[in-house]
Amino acid sequence: MEWETVIGLEIHAQLATQSKIFSGSPTAYGAAPNTQACAVDLGLPGVLPVLNEKAVHMAVTFGMAIEAYIAPYSVFARKNYFYPDLPKGYQISQMELPIVGIGHLDIDVDGMTKRIGITRAHLEEDAGKSVHENFHGLTGIDLNRAGTPLLEIVSEPDMRSAKEAVAYMRKLHELVRYLGICDGNMQEGSFRCDANVSVRPKGQTEFGTRAEIKNINSFKFVEKAINHEVDRQIELLENGGKIIQETRLYDSVKDETRSMRSKEEANDYRYFPDPDLLPVSIDENFKAQIKAALPELPDAKKQRFKIAYNLDDENASILSSSRQLADYFETVVKLSGCEAKLCANWITGDLSAALNKAGLEITDSPVSDNRLAGLLARIRDNTISGKIAKQVFEVLWQSNSTADDIIAEKGLIQITDTGTIETIIDKIIAENADQVEQYRSGKDKVFAFFVGQVMKEMQGKANPAEVNKMLKAKLHH
Amino acid sequence: MHTKTLKELAQSLRKREFSSVELTQAFLNRIKKNQHLNAYITVTEEIALQNAKDADLRLANEKADLLTGIPIAQKDIFCTLNVKTSCGSKILDNFIAPYNATVVEKLNQAGAVMLGKLNMDEFAMGSSNETSFYGAVKNPWDINMVAGGSSGGSAAAVSARLAVCATGTDTGGSIRQPAALCGITGLKPTYGRVSRYGMIAYASSLDQGGPMARSAEDAAILLQTMAGFDKKDSTSVDIPVPNYCSGLKNSLDGLKIGLPKEFFGEGLNNNVAATLETAINEYRKLGAEIIEVSMPNLKLAIPAYYIIAPAECSANLSRFDGVRYGYRCENPVDLTDLYTRSRGEGFGKEVKRRILMGTYALSTGYYDAYYLKAQKIRRLISEDFKSCLAKVDVIMGPVTPTTAFGIGEKMDDPIEMYLSDIYTIAVNLAGLPAMSIPAGFIDGMPVGLQIIGNYFAEDRLLNIAHQYQQVTDWHQHTPKGFK
Repeated sequence: MEWETVIGLEIHAQLATQSKIFSGSPTAYGAAPNTQACAVDLGLPGVLPVLNEKAVHMAVTFGMAIEAYIAPYSVFARKNYFYPDLPKGYQISQMELPIVGIGHLDIDVDGMTKRIGITRAHLEEDAGKSVHENFHGLTGIDLNRAGTPLLEIVSEPDMRSAKEAVAYMRKLHELVRYLGICDGNMQEGSFRCDANVSVRPKGQTEFGTRAEIKNINSFKFVEKAINHEVDRQIELLENGGKIIQETRLYDSVKDETRSMRSKEEANDYRYFPDPDLLPVSIDENFKAQIKAALPELPDAKKQRFKIAYNLDDENASILSSSRQLADYFETVVKLSGCEAKLCANWITGDLSAALNKAGLEITDSPVSDNRLAGLLARIRDNTISGKIAKQVFEVLWQSNSTADDIIAEKGLIQITDTGTIETIIDKIIAENADQVEQYRSGKDKVFAFFVGQVMKEMQGKANPAEVNKMLKAKLHH
Repeated sequence: MHTKTLKELAQSLRKREFSSVELTQAFLNRIKKNQHLNAYITVTEEIALQNAKDADLRLANEKADLLTGIPIAQKDIFCTLNVKTSCGSKILDNFIAPYNATVVEKLNQAGAVMLGKLNMDEFAMGSSNETSFYGAVKNPWDINMVAGGSSGGSAAAVSARLAVCATGTDTGGSIRQPAALCGITGLKPTYGRVSRYGMIAYASSLDQGGPMARSAEDAAILLQTMAGFDKKDSTSVDIPVPNYCSGLKNSLDGLKIGLPKEFFGEGLNNNVAATLETAINEYRKLGAEIIEVSMPNLKLAIPAYYIIAPAECSANLSRFDGVRYGYRCENPVDLTDLYTRSRGEGFGKEVKRRILMGTYALSTGYYDAYYLKAQKIRRLISEDFKSCLAKVDVIMGPVTPTTAFGIGEKMDDPIEMYLSDIYTIAVNLAGLPAMSIPAGFIDGMPVGLQIIGNYFAEDRLLNIAHQYQQVTDWHQHTPKGFK
């Protein structure tokens, strides 16, 4: 039987606020345990939450970016369950009236654009962390993370493959970073994913029973976890089994999912409106301000790059994938005065390769936009060849010098003086009579040999176009 | 010294008739002599004497507030920095608060002297102060009778002159009912008038702190400091606090008083009804017009309250889990054991009953039938008040159906106990301000008159109460043995 996969994702994006969602404690990652938890975060008797307006601002910004319904009136609710790292015994979240309603996100898979529905996005607080290591068999509680603002983004079950799920997750990851509302750091848990996965016979309209896979923290694992789960479900169904609704945990080491709890064992969270917090009301004015401040979004930027800079789809996609990279690209184009395509190739080529190798982001690039533009400008005005430029780039990467200084210091200025080039060419032709004979008898490939010899003799500094032109003329004699 | 009102004491302190240290010492001595009332859970003698010294300096420099140097006491529901804050529960018996509640902070700023922390029903759940882990508070008018609850310690302390005045909190009548049973003046402000920050939550949408004192004038002075917007409490309301003392002398001529017929029907003790009639006659003499009004949904108040309050408390009390502070059971074998035994051993019977009721009411499949229905009733009750208050300035009625009952009398019958709050609970559901003032005695036990006003009309309520206290002396009676 042919099966169809149905996937919906719940993504928790940690909002990049300075302080927590309901208290003034800082949200910075990595501090010593319990040093960033105040009375409110500790859930002391008598404390009360006060909503951080920045978090609301960020949630609405997200809603606007996915063209979603922004609720004029949304309500915080208490989600009740006991856990040692949940200090109040309930999590403040949103249930019936979330701040962001129905919206959508377009993804590109195999050259096709697909629209994925977003059901809702709501604000909530994160819990703390239980620490099991180095605790003499006991469990430690670190409440630094308790109260960190999260935006839970729930998609429609619109994805039909792990590949689509990954594309959606990447697109969302790109968007929240674009908007500056989440740092997207998956290792630190700033961007986490739960996947709802089911299968059904192809053509069937109703959904199969789903399993929820919890806490998947990388793009790679999302794909593997979903694929594994799909295989498990199909195998089970084909052997006459039944899928039970349950929560499963992905084990990235064993590459398998295993049951955490079934629907019957699931908590009854007993949601009810939090009486300590007033409903959040959002007026047109607030929305208008946010709309006006919204940056150019990835899709719009990509289109603009294709049209304004004549970039191909791939380069336009890559360069619009982060605001910082896009800004870098546009600065380089502007400062270097080069053709955009050359700039794009350098950024997606040599620069990206070097960054990847060093594990750096564009924002941490040792070669600033200004310095790269300085290098590319020298290609444009024929001071150096593209090949020499690669050498200069390596020095740029390791030093603080400008391209001009490096070129001058190392004497790399391209030789375009035809007299000098001609002398060398004559010398090479004279020294290689056999090869000249071969070429003249029709072996075109030998031409490359001559180019190589000339460039070698001139330490790569000859203008390649000039060398080609003159060699051709001489050899045809 | 202890016989004087707050207003008189403030004047005496200014005239140097005695110092705050002397005054404070006198109250500390009275507290020591009257421990049998069980009004205090903690007496903070050192803090009190230090506060008094500071107050004397401040009084000498004439930068004093009316409350500067006045010995008061805090209900043990308010967090007090470095002082045990038990909320009347075993589960917080070892809890030393690391911060001050906003109300405590404000009173400290005003220079009030804190004598200690007052007994209360456990987590403010009770109407007799019998659910306290520290035992029942005895009524100063008859030590075999309850002092009322949950602010029973506050009412008894003020009544027996063991504090000049005290803070209380009122979720379903917890200021007004003990005030009535102990013969003092208590005011539950409009929801949002007094900050709840640092006031341990029972039912967050109903809880409200307020003053408990011997007279309306004293209550006005105390409320003046307690009230006001607090950015730490999102439900506190950002509207200016009027001067509560300046309008006390206003005439009541033309005042329209509404008497809901449902307040005077079945269940109300005849003697209480007669006492209230006499009180209302006084108002007639003061120029008030008496109008009969109706609260058709009043009978639904108790069932609605006993869904909403337990639902909220079931979540509010989840933090008492033995993990971070408070009582923890001995040698827990695992997490579930830690939770179940810490809570099972730490909470008393009434608290457990309410947590269970609330948990049940919020459960899947019951939420709509209970919680949502109760919220609808809440709106109906608010509407009832609204239509009454469109016709009259204030509503008057009983606070309790009877005078104080005997200690132990109703402990085995929670429903009977709950029903005795019929006249006070509806006010909390609507979020309105209301007062209880002494209106007479039956067989030596005090009777309270309830005055309910419109939102943020605390000044009007205090004026109405004060005018009555100018023509009556019920509020000046002191229980025998405490004179």
